[in-house]
Amino acid sequence: MPGDDYLVRFVNIQKSYDGETLVVKNLNLNVAKSEFLTILGPSGSGKTTCLMMLAGFEPATHGEIYLKDQPINRVPPHRRGIGMVFQNYALFPHLTVAENLAFPLDVRGMSKVEKARRVKRALDMVQLGGFGDRRPAQLSGGQQQRVAVARSLIFDPDLVLMDEPLGALDKNLREQMQYKIKSIHENLGVTVVYVTHDQSIALTLSDRIAVFDDGVIQQCAAPDVVYERPENAFVANFIGENNQLTGTVVEDNGDTVKVAVGNGNIVEAKKVKVEGVGSPSTLSLRPERVVVNPEPGSLPNVFPAKTEELIYLGDHIRTRFSICGNVDFIVKIPNSAFHAAISEGDEVNIGWKAEDCRALDVWPCPTPHS
Amino acid sequence: MALPPYATPGQRIWHYLYLTVCTLVLFFLVSPLIVVIPLSFNSTPFLHFTPEMLTLDPNGYSTLWYKSLFGMCDAEGASLWTSCTDKWKVGAFNSFKIAIMSTVLATTLGTLAALGLSRAHLPFRRTIMGLMISPLIVPLIITASGMFFFFAKVNLVATLPGIVLAHTILGLPFVVITVTSTLVGFDNTLMKAAANLGGTPTYNFFKIQMPLTAPGVISGALFAFITSFDEIVLILFIGGPAQHTLPRQMWSGIREEISPTILAAATILVLLSIGLLTTIELLRRRNERLRGISPA
Repeated sequence: MPGDDYLVRFVNIQKSYDGETLVVKNLNLNVAKSEFLTILGPSGSGKTTCLMMLAGFEPATHGEIYLKDQPINRVPPHRRGIGMVFQNYALFPHLTVAENLAFPLDVRGMSKVEKARRVKRALDMVQLGGFGDRRPAQLSGGQQQRVAVARSLIFDPDLVLMDEPLGALDKNLREQMQYKIKSIHENLGVTVVYVTHDQSIALTLSDRIAVFDDGVIQQCAAPDVVYERPENAFVANFIGENNQLTGTVVEDNGDTVKVAVGNGNIVEAKKVKVEGVGSPSTLSLRPERVVVNPEPGSLPNVFPAKTEELIYLGDHIRTRFSICGNVDFIVKIPNSAFHAAISEGDEVNIGWKAEDCRALDVWPCPTPHS
Repeated sequence: MALPPYATPGQRIWHYLYLTVCTLVLFFLVSPLIVVIPLSFNSTPFLHFTPEMLTLDPNGYSTLWYKSLFGMCDAEGASLWTSCTDKWKVGAFNSFKIAIMSTVLATTLGTLAALGLSRAHLPFRRTIMGLMISPLIVPLIITASGMFFFFAKVNLVATLPGIVLAHTILGLPFVVITVTSTLVGFDNTLMKAAANLGGTPTYNFFKIQMPLTAPGVISGALFAFITSFDEIVLILFIGGPAQHTLPRQMWSGIREEISPTILAAATILVLLSIGLLTTIELLRRRNERLRGISPA
């Protein structure tokens, strides 16, 4: 079986809590050594369940999980040797920071000297040198989070799981901690499986992102691929901002398709995930890939649009157009020296390349992204 | 609770009325306990304040009844008024013995029961809980007579194991309730974290769960102790001469020989209860501090 380089393999994993509905539907996912893999999905998508099965707190209903090519379904959590950072940190409130860090070393019967050395090294790693004697309640949220990260790494596990560890922090702290986690991962070469619903964290940290929804991996690829080449409407919608035009395929040219959208306009788009002529399709287009007032003939798709709203955001101007029957078409106009000067109510032409416009399936109920 | 500056006259009147009523209620509750204390230093064998006591004349006070309580009969006049007896001492000893034994049993069983009851998937949880709590709800006299007939069949009446078992059943609900409520606040991800870090279930129980639930266990144990220590009905039904406890002696003291000795005993019991309740409160605060609920 190929996959000797993989640290973790989920093989045909299914999970059901009530015996009727599947929370995880036939999951096959491999995690390579030293990889930073993020499982990204909305709440209730089954992503935390996957993590809990890997940690051993939930049994898989069907299928097998392999850790270093050993099946671990029958291995209890305390013998898996996997580090984990919990959402609420789960620091032991009655123990000091140093005692918290020493807990996994105590159970492994480590000598006093070695223990002291490791605790000191771990505290230094997260820049909490003088905090060993404090109790968790005496630390701020960010400090507690760092202790939790240090504790999950102190016994040198090959694999560390992180369950939304930055969820409770404010924005600035979250960004700082994000880079801290990234540098720790790069320095230690440890494999990380990270669960989050925050796409910006996922894009920043990950080597690969597995976009999860409805118990199924929708796409698993590097951040830039997931962002720039989403494979279906859910991924396009969930990651980043996205304009959608719905229509029907009228011409199939192999690589590209022509789709009739509202107002009878025909858009040329890259064929990604559509059936043949006559089938419905969602066209996905990133707001930063749209050009206002393009040179005539330079782009295959140019349509008249009405400017509905302008929002000044400093580095760019967020503009809302109505075009092809969509009144919520967002374009980000960069605030550069020669940007198009338009005002509300102006009729302009906007256009885009065929390859930036991806013809995808129809997502039944698009999730509004945050 | 201070009045806000915008309070209307009506609100002011209500506020002071409220304070007065609260004070009166507290006074009503506490005064019978407090009045016992000076009376127990009475120098005459009557249960009322003598004119000497009211004028704070030192001759009106004595520790006579405390001496009598501890079986010291050399005090002048004591033998005149009280039968010189060591029944109080024996009673106190028996009370402590029975209370300690039943507390240990009730705490162990109650803690285990609470741990089981806090599991999410336990079937018939409400029924089991209801049965455990029932000694608190059923009138004591019914429990006592029921136990008497049952214990009579299995030869436990008038034995030490019998009364210890009976008091265990009485103390159990307190332990179950306090430990269960402590476990409700217990964060189960801590046990997951401990398992994840490599601790075996047993190790984690003693290292994480026990220390964090200990305040609940201890306050439950103290309640169980007080319940057993103050208990009279079951003793009357099930206890024999060899289980002559302090409340039993107070009971016969009142019925047979009304002397302020009983007031001395009551004073000591009140002080003991205050001590135990203070301990409970201090433990509760320590627990909250450890969990970071109210950083002082």
